This record gives sequence, C-alpha cells and structure tokens, in this order.
Amino acid sequence: MTWLRKHLLGLQELSREEIEMVLASADSFKEVLARAIKKVPALRGKTVVNLFYEPSTRTRVSFEVAAKRLSADVINIAVETSSVKKGESLIDTGRNIQALRADIIVLRHNSSGAALLLSRNVDISVVNAGDGWHEHPTQALLDIFTLKEKLGRIEGLKVTIVGDIAHSRVARSNIWGLTKLGAKVTVCAPQMLIPAKIEELGVRVSYDIDEALKAADAVNVLRMQFERDEGNAFPRQVEYFKNYGITQERLEKLKNNILVMHPGPLNRGIEISAEVADGENSVILEQVTNGIAVRMAVLFLVAQAKEKNETTH
Amino acid sequence: MKLLIKNGRVVNAAGNIDAVSDILIEDSKITRIARDIKDRADTIIDATARIVMPGIVDMHVHLREPGREDKETVASGTRAALKGGVTSVLAMPNTEPAIDSLERAGLLKEIIRKTACANVFISSAITKARAGQELVDIAGLSREGILAFTDDGFSVENEELLLKALELSRRNKVLVIEHCEDRKLSAKGVVNLGLVSTKLGLRGIPSEAEYERVERDIKLADKTGAALHLAHISCRESVDAITRAKKKGIMVTADVTPHHLALTEEAVLDYDTNMKMNPPLRTAEDRQALRDAIRAGIIDVIASDHAPHTDNEKAVEFEHAQFGTTGLETELAVAVTELIQGRILNWLDLVRVLCLRPAEILGVAKGTLNIGSVADVIVVDPQKEWVVQRESLVSKSKNSAFLGRKLKGAVEYTIVAGKVVYRAA
Repeated sequence: MTWLRKHLLGLQELSREEIEMVLASADSFKEVLARAIKKVPALRGKTVVNLFYEPSTRTRVSFEVAAKRLSADVINIAVETSSVKKGESLIDTGRNIQALRADIIVLRHNSSGAALLLSRNVDISVVNAGDGWHEHPTQALLDIFTLKEKLGRIEGLKVTIVGDIAHSRVARSNIWGLTKLGAKVTVCAPQMLIPAKIEELGVRVSYDIDEALKAADAVNVLRMQFERDEGNAFPRQVEYFKNYGITQERLEKLKNNILVMHPGPLNRGIEISAEVADGENSVILEQVTNGIAVRMAVLFLVAQAKEKNETTH
Repeated sequence: MKLLIKNGRVVNAAGNIDAVSDILIEDSKITRIARDIKDRADTIIDATARIVMPGIVDMHVHLREPGREDKETVASGTRAALKGGVTSVLAMPNTEPAIDSLERAGLLKEIIRKTACANVFISSAITKARAGQELVDIAGLSREGILAFTDDGFSVENEELLLKALELSRRNKVLVIEHCEDRKLSAKGVVNLGLVSTKLGLRGIPSEAEYERVERDIKLADKTGAALHLAHISCRESVDAITRAKKKGIMVTADVTPHHLALTEEAVLDYDTNMKMNPPLRTAEDRQALRDAIRAGIIDVIASDHAPHTDNEKAVEFEHAQFGTTGLETELAVAVTELIQGRILNWLDLVRVLCLRPAEILGVAKGTLNIGSVADVIVVDPQKEWVVQRESLVSKSKNSAFLGRKLKGAVEYTIVAGKVVYRAA
C-alpha cells in the first residue's frame, strides 16, 4: 500500500489500513530515536511551518523536534507575533506561508474545520495539530501507538475516555481511530459534557467512572478546562475530582491492570491524582516520546505523498 | 401594446385552473385567457410545453440596501429576482441603518423607485434599530404603505412589547412577521444540535430555540387576534405547534425556505459555509415534517430568505462565517426539483405556495392570473436541467447552498406589468 494523502486533517477520513501504515512507519522512526545520532535526512531541504493560533508548548515542541529529527527546517509562527492579530484571514496567512516556499504547514487553530479550510486554499501540505473541538489526529495516533506498544494489539481492547468529551478534539480523534481498529470505546463524563448522539459514533456512554473502568484495558484521561466554562455548564471542580477523578483508590478497586494515559498538560488533583500520574499504571511520559515518532511518520508520509502527487501530474 | 402567450399550460391557483390556454396581455393587464386566441399581437411567445404562472411573490428577501451595497442592492437583487421568476419581493428591514422610521422608509422608497426592476414591498422593523426596546410608529408607517413589521434576525424578546405590536398591527391591518429564536437557547450555536454538531465539533442550536418561541408567539397572536406570520420554520415541533394553532382558528401563517425543504444537516458535514444558515439545516425527520406541512397547507408559503453575503464573509472559519444563503435565482428550480419531481406538490399547489398565499398574507393584489389583474407572469420550462454555477448568478453575492447542483426547471420569460423584463439566453 502507498500513502496518497497530502494532508492529515483527521482520523475520521482515514481507513484502518492508513492508520496502520502510520503506526508501522512510527515504529521505524522510534528506532531512530534510540540511536546515538537521532537524525535522518528524510526531509532535508524541506521547510515545516508550525502555525499556532492557540498557545501550545507541548504539541508545538513535539512537531518541532519531529521535523528536526527528519532534517527539515522549522519555523514557528504564534498568533501573537504574526499579522493575524491585524485581521489577516487564515487563507491569506496560509498563502503567504506557501509563497515563502514552505512545504508543510502544521496548524493549531481554535476553530473546528480550520485545517480543512486551509488545506483547500493552499497547494502545500497541511497537518492538523488540533482544530477547535473537532480533531487532533496526531494525538490520537500517538495514543493508539502507545496502546499497541504496551498491550500488543488494538482489536478487542476496551478503552475508556473520561472527561470533557463535548469540547475535546482528542476524544473525537481517539473515537474515530480506535473504533476503526476494532477497540471497544466507552466515554465517561457527567451528562453535560457528553455531546449529542455520541453513541451513534459506535461508543458506549457511561456516567459512572467506576463502572466505566471495570474491565477496561486502558483509560485516557482528558484535561479538564474549567476556565473555559461558559454559563456554569460545568460541574464544580471539587465535585468533578470526587466523582470522576482518576485516583489510586479507584484503580486499586479494579481486578484488571489498567493503563493510564493523558494527553497533557496534566492538572494534578483535578482530573488525575499525582499518585496515579507518577504511578506504575501511567504511560504518560512514554506518550510524549511516542509523539515524536508518530509526528515524524506523519510529516514524512505527507511530504512523500505531495511529491508523488506532483510527479504523477 | 399586446402580448400573446400561446399554448402554455396555464396554472392559476386563484381560480384553481390548470389547463392549456393562451393569455392575452394588453398594456399592463391580463385581458383574456382562452384557447386559441386569434388576436394580432406585438409580441407572441410560444409557450408550448411550458408552464405559464403568476410571477413569484417572495415575502422574505434581504436586499441589503441601504448600507451593505457590497452584498446586494435593490437593483442587483431585483435583477436576480427576475431571473428566478420572482416579480415581487418583501424587502427585509435589517439594513444599515434599519428601516424603522417614516424617513428611512421614504429613502428606501426613493431607491426602489429609481432602481428596482421588480415590485418591491417594504417592511419595517418592529422596534427601533431592531434593538427590542421601543416600538416603531406602526400606525404611521402603515399609513405610508408598509405592509409588514419584523425584527428579522432577532425575535422580539420582550413579550409585552410584542403584544403591543400585535395589537397595533391588528388595528392597522398590517402583518407582524416573527423570526422565532430564543437566543438564550441558540446561544452561540452555528449548526443543528445533534450528530452533525458532535462530529464536527461545532456548537449546536437545539430545535427548542425555535419551537418554544413559536409556541409563545402563537399564544400572543391568540390573545390579540392579530395576524402573525412565522418566518423560516425549520423543525418538526414548530410544525406541530402551528398545526394545533390552526385547528384552534388562531390567525397564524408560516413560511419555509427552499433549502430547509431540500437539504438536511448532513450538507454541513464538510464545513461548507454556504450551508450555514439560521435557522440551521436540520434532520431528515424535520425535513419530512416540513414537506408534509407544505403539502397539507399547514405551512402556507415558500419564501427564499435570500441572504447575500460577500466571499470575504464566507471564506473563513465555519464558526466565524455569516449565516445565510442566496435564494432568489434558485427557489423555483429547487421547488420543481424537490417538490414537483418528488411528487410532494403538483403545479397548482406550487403556484399556491409561491404566488397566491404570500400575496394574500401580505394583502397585495399579486400572485394570480385573474382577468383584469396586472400582468406579472412567468413562462417556465419545467423540463430544462441546469447546473447552478457561480459565474451565472446575477446576485452580487455568490453564497448559494446549491452551487454545483443540477436542478430542473428554468425561467424562460419574466413579465412585469405586461413588459418582458427577463428572457433566458
């Protein structure tokens, strides 16, 4: 199979085979990261622009490291330092970056659908690094990569995603990816944080965290952003931790050994206890390392596809 | 001047007539409808295998003038109307500034007199600057020929104020048109609340935002005995509320847009901002309820809610794009494609909902082919297929929800007051 996508916009549009291809490619790049000289020339002479409309240290740095390990040149544009604040449209900004002869735009944007909009208006590759509440495909890919690495498979795994599902791009991308690969997904949150008709995406909904963790192979704990509450739709922070927080006490009640994941940054004592975050079930720091391998794979594949598409013209 | 339209299938809902006939127009009026009229005429149109019907009366059109002439003007909007077979429009008052006084209505009248190429009726805001605080001079504006009052874009939040407006409208024999939306419920929503909003990660607008306001407004109409018209109904529960109201004999009428009859929320799935409208496209179940309602006469009228916007306002992130689609040039063809071909309406029904009922509701002598009436007539090729293309749109704005779609039914001639004002190339 060959990779044909010039853009990576989300996991919704990827086939199972395409997801498996990214995972396989990430496997080889992870091996590079274990070497003494952690660099390959795959993207030498290419320019990757990290265009970030939202503050994000973690994802931006991960993409930057990934691009540099592939020998690409990296330029970071944050919204505060660009002309965006003066009212330049996303499309205009994208076309300017293209005119600077960049090859790939890695876009983080607070509006759902922004990556698709940009991809339709530039000829260079667009990689979605998170758009609104919509998708965060590389995060889900690194979550899936970590699960597979730790548990040997995805098919048949029971994965629980807990937290603000309604406003989470990480949840949506994980749901698309995991269900395509045959995992059984449960989403768990207070009702106000479960989006309408989510069960039609092939997931089970639970409002009881202890029930949702029972028999689960892994739990993906989402960051709770109480600061974005509008109109007091959110539960109180203390109450949330009591009812949904992932604590050692909760894990000890389980018969199963459960893998604990978190996309970061952590809110210790809000959605996860410090003890669990640092405990033996946690693979949170391994996720960070795997994130580099997965993003190397994604950058490599879209760059390659772009060249293929151009030569076949 | 004599104009003779020969051999067309003449559809006149006013007389319940659907038969092949000739129509003779002398000067501005229809003088005879009969088979085989032998009179000599200055112009003869062969309408064999064509539909001959009254010009469409579109009671919900945003012409944007004054203030947003970059989107549309009275001139460009009425030219687009003629191409779509629309010979009369009710201009919405949410211009910049809003039409909310005799002076502003007078200025708009002047623009219309100078530049309109179709009949344009003026509506006024219900409240000054559409701010929901203070009523406009409903009595005074009514005397100046304003037919309808609406804060369209907003519902009148204050119940007391709307009650007062309804009482005044009853006394002055004018119409109140409500845009039914409770903003506390629609919040910052941009698409229908449901599976699509969940998939796209966009804020949803629940149906409650519309139907709870529909129910409130019907109560107020009942209380006052005033005529109330509900614009762009989009969901099943609203249809149910209107059905109940009509059974009780409450003076309520309603319209639905061609896009809500043709499309569902699924059309938004690739973030096409031309599919972003208010109220939002809803589910297949809602669409079915709307189709049943237009067929049963529960919903009286199809109106376009022609809402032109510039490219700059649409080529942005979905949540930041303006709400609305254009409609004047596509409404007839969408109706033919979806409703006639889909066997939901026959031609008599279609002429009733596009021409006769809106004219009756507004109280204007339009929408018929009656002898002696002013000849606003269109000749339609019901079989002609065409693709909606950006370049061929006459409206200043190109934000059509139907771009790229193949439609059936095209206007060949549009006649206003006995004059051929549009002829298909």
